[in-house]
Amino acid sequence: MSGSTLEIKDLHVEIDGKEILKGVNLTVKGGEFHAIMGPNGTGKSTLASAIMGHPKYEVTKGQILMDGEDVLEMEVDERAKAGLFLAMQYPSEISGVTTSDFLRSSINAHREEGDEIPLMKFIKEMDAAMDYLEMDKNMSQRYLNEGFSGGEKKRNEILQLMLLKPAIGILDEIDSGLDIDALKVVSKGINKLRNEAFGCLIITHYQRLLNYVKPDFVHVMMQGRVVKSGGPELVERLESEGYEWIKQELGIEDETVGK
Amino acid sequence: MSTDVFTRDYIESYSKKQQEPTWMTDMRLNAFDVAQKTDMPKPDKTKITRWDFNSFEHVTNQEEAKQITLTDLPEGIKKFVDTEKKQNLLVLRDTVKQYVHLTSDLMDQGVILTDLQTAITEYPELVQKYFMTDAVQVSEHKLTALHAALVNGGAFIYVPKNVIVNEPIQTIFWQDNPSQALFNHVILVAEENSEVTYVENYLATETEAKTVMNVISEVFAGANAKISYGSVDHFAHGTTSYINRRGLAERDATIEWALGQMNDGDTISENVTHLLGDQSVCFAKAVSVGRGDQTQNFTAHIVNHGKHTNGIILQHGVMKDRATGIFHGIGKIEHGGTKANAEQESRVLMLSKHARGDANPILLIDEDDVTAGHAASVGRVDPLQLYYLMSRGISRQEAERLIIHGFLAPVVNEIPIQAVRDQLTDVIEGKVN
Ligand SMILES: Nc1ncnc2c1ncn2[C@@H]1O[C@H](COP(=O)(O)OP(=O)(O)O)[C@@H](O)[C@H]1O
Ligand SMILES: [Mg+2]
Repeated sequence: MSGSTLEIKDLHVEIDGKEILKGVNLTVKGGEFHAIMGPNGTGKSTLASAIMGHPKYEVTKGQILMDGEDVLEMEVDERAKAGLFLAMQYPSEISGVTTSDFLRSSINAHREEGDEIPLMKFIKEMDAAMDYLEMDKNMSQRYLNEGFSGGEKKRNEILQLMLLKPAIGILDEIDSGLDIDALKVVSKGINKLRNEAFGCLIITHYQRLLNYVKPDFVHVMMQGRVVKSGGPELVERLESEGYEWIKQELGIEDETVGK
Repeated sequence: MSTDVFTRDYIESYSKKQQEPTWMTDMRLNAFDVAQKTDMPKPDKTKITRWDFNSFEHVTNQEEAKQITLTDLPEGIKKFVDTEKKQNLLVLRDTVKQYVHLTSDLMDQGVILTDLQTAITEYPELVQKYFMTDAVQVSEHKLTALHAALVNGGAFIYVPKNVIVNEPIQTIFWQDNPSQALFNHVILVAEENSEVTYVENYLATETEAKTVMNVISEVFAGANAKISYGSVDHFAHGTTSYINRRGLAERDATIEWALGQMNDGDTISENVTHLLGDQSVCFAKAVSVGRGDQTQNFTAHIVNHGKHTNGIILQHGVMKDRATGIFHGIGKIEHGGTKANAEQESRVLMLSKHARGDANPILLIDEDDVTAGHAASVGRVDPLQLYYLMSRGISRQEAERLIIHGFLAPVVNEIPIQAVRDQLTDVIEGKVN
């Protein structure tokens, strides 16, 4: 199996009646790692949220297809079951629900009723993934994201990614707020999933994550659109020259959207 | 039977039949007189004038009460008991003692666990000292007076000075006859430097039959004593309940309440703790679920009298269908309670647009040098929490279930007996789905 294909066609998205995405086109296939870069406020999280079905974002035009299936017709949980996963920039805190119970419910949601993961198997898998991400085991008994540091939340998102093994992973600013050691650990987790069946969309406004997780394709977002696409060499140019040259090239004064 | 039917003669003969000492009979008769002269309670924001506090049976004719073994308990009750190990347990069925067990080790140390009726005969001085004297007063209102006049069951738990009770003490008050009223009275005394964990279950036959519960607990924590008090109330839809749990904490004492308030009928439930001694502490945690057309009025109230006292209230309620739930959180710091702290959090989660929820935080402070704070909210399930859970493949229904159970976890997780914790989880499950 060569994985799934996520297609985004002419996507327009509004929030509170304000248009944020103004025609995004992008295709991510199994085995491909795409990076979406761009300064703050250019619509990157909006794209990720619209794909996953965030309740505040309204798609007004365009299509999102997963292996040809209309994602926009799906409920959020159906999108997950279709193989989509979003590591969120700001994951919710859920009091009273332990991380471990949540992980188990998530895994079981992807399995048939009556075929729930055996408890011991679950604990083994969870422990192994937590070890890999150098996480404190006590974290699994803490309430989901409650009182977690920024770094713990990010690791927890990657932990879920590793346990759920989606067809397409979308990582929204997974590197923000991480020190260099944590960044290396998180990158290690992402790279472990790299195979011809797994497609990944890495959203970041820094280059440094991409030194550890090498993208095959790089896109730059400004004003709610993908304004430039290229290969890994684009990362290097952005690292040395910043975004100014793209703005000049395209005659963009303010790259943000929705102000 | 309606309260109008009760007469001094009835009360006197009931007391005689129970072979009570004269002081108890006199106390009942006096309370009966008080009841004629006092008004019903007036819980803030709930009108109870039309509530039926009159239809009930005061006694159920039973065969000669006999002690039974744990395995003789009916299945429906057995599941609330950890039958694996012989625990400290008292079971009353329709006010009559069915089973009692206390480890011999605790008995040797002078710990008492018995039903109220037995305690009145065997430990009259102790009962007389604590029964509606310093904690709840007979004359507070008509329902406290009627309680004293008609008390028909309960438990007496006494932990002497310096005794640490490691295994929890459990009581089950089981209403089997659907019309049986429980005028149940629990006295829990932990003397100086002692420690005890107590868990009670109020269980009822699921029914529409009309009856009344008038339940009072009086809890005394001596100097440096520690009491953890857990409860699960689950009376049926036809039952009108008045529940009053009160605690007094002496110097350095701690009282922790974990109350699962799961009645299906109209309910007034108040939980008041007086932090009398310096450095005494109270954590009052309560959760509730309202469903159907029931109206419930909850009060969590801590009074800081002593210096450096710490009172913390947490109330979480879930309201669905057309249920109404009013949550009063009252933190009161008396003059002289320097360096006292009063914190409270009241949150109501609304699952239906026809439900009504009200969180009513009140801070009353008569001292300058104190700290206090409150948080209150009434709202729906957070759509972003739902989104997050669903984004992992969890269905909307299951995600809501997780969030609700999580919301009620602060009390569920505090219940020290696994069987009771599981029961509370089941009751919640049954009520929210
Ligand atoms: N929850 C929101 N409410 C209102 N406006 C929003 C919200 N989220 C995003 N926006 C608007 O959309 C713009 C793009 O946001 P976002 O997609 O988060 O950008 P990025 O992830 O690239 O930093 C923001 O500048 C803001 O104007
Ligand atoms: Mg963003």
